[in-house]
Amino acid sequence: MSEKKSLGKTFFNGIIPENPTFRLVLGTCPTLAVTTSAINGLGMGAAATFVLICSNLVISLLRKFIPDQVRIPAFIVVICTFVTMVQLLMQAFIPSLYEALGIFIPLIVVNCIILARAEAFASKNGPISSVFDGLGMGLGFTLGLVVLGSVRELIGNGSIFGINILGASYQPMLLIVLASGGFLTYGLLLGLFNLVVKKLQNKKSGKEAQAA
Amino acid sequence: MNEIVNILLFMVSCILTNNFIFSRFLGCCPFLGVSSKVETSVSMGLAVTFVMTIASLFCYMIYNWLLVPLGLTFMSTIAFILVIAALVQFVEMFLKKSSPTLYSALGIYLPLITTNCAVLGVATLNVNNAYNLLYSVLNGTFSALGFTLAIVLMAGVRERLESSHIPECMKGFPITLVAAGLMAVAFMGFSGLV
Repeated sequence: MSEKKSLGKTFFNGIIPENPTFRLVLGTCPTLAVTTSAINGLGMGAAATFVLICSNLVISLLRKFIPDQVRIPAFIVVICTFVTMVQLLMQAFIPSLYEALGIFIPLIVVNCIILARAEAFASKNGPISSVFDGLGMGLGFTLGLVVLGSVRELIGNGSIFGINILGASYQPMLLIVLASGGFLTYGLLLGLFNLVVKKLQNKKSGKEAQAA
Repeated sequence: MNEIVNILLFMVSCILTNNFIFSRFLGCCPFLGVSSKVETSVSMGLAVTFVMTIASLFCYMIYNWLLVPLGLTFMSTIAFILVIAALVQFVEMFLKKSSPTLYSALGIYLPLITTNCAVLGVATLNVNNAYNLLYSVLNGTFSALGFTLAIVLMAGVRERLESSHIPECMKGFPITLVAAGLMAVAFMGFSGLV
């Protein structure tokens, strides 16, 4: 029973409390580069989630065999293998997404979230909880990318997932889908997220104070 | 003569119009992480320039003279990251022996460069754009100089930001990102240059 509970906790940890995009601010390069539309964000998130789950599983299984001194190169080789697999699969089955994400698919290798989870979690925990950790972190990353991609697509193109929402009369604000808009939107959303978290914490502590 | 003009234009475009941070989003993690002081950001920029130049050279040689003849181009990502990791380690050992002052200045930033996506990015871009040896190395050096320019400018902005009044929720990363966005708007002005 308690094991089930801790697995759930591991899983949810990546989605809100340690969300890679909005709380830890890791993996910023792909976050900024691919979120010009919601669908690109979803594709990138799915690719990263797959790599994260597989690399967490393999590293956790191999954790007792990898000598401590060469662990970082060993982790990178494992991650790299899965990234190459994703790259070849995408090229074969979803060429349009492959074109849109371009150079950022091979660059999943150096995405700090994946190496950070390998180092901080998978190399210290068993395979099952490592898979849950990978799944939670991956979904949290995907969620961040989709939110950022949706906001940018809505303002810069008037649509979300390619479906027009704001109508034909809306004058798209091109700046937001360009490079500079990525930084601006991400910064403002991050500020908003901080504000909401702060409000929630204040409310919680206020309630606790009342109860006491 | 024409070739020289082309090379000069290529250098300018690497630094300004195709700036790694502001138009290609490569190397954003160190850009946000290490840009709080001007001095450390200069050291980081120099270390990255050094590694990116050598990495472009070695990755070009390995890709075109080893992977292509053997038909192993699908292994390029693995090969590049291993080359980069080995190079960083080698540079670190070399600097430790030959120039302790430079080593202590770059110290902690050197190992971080392995996971800097700008280095792997430049190697992959060189292959994707089919640059020759000269252009690959130039692309490495001058893109890295563009990165250095961006990170030093950002450090200057952040030193000013520290003393200004900012709403609580925007402190730290959010205001840095917004400032970077405004700088990217300024860099868009260079787009018609080349």
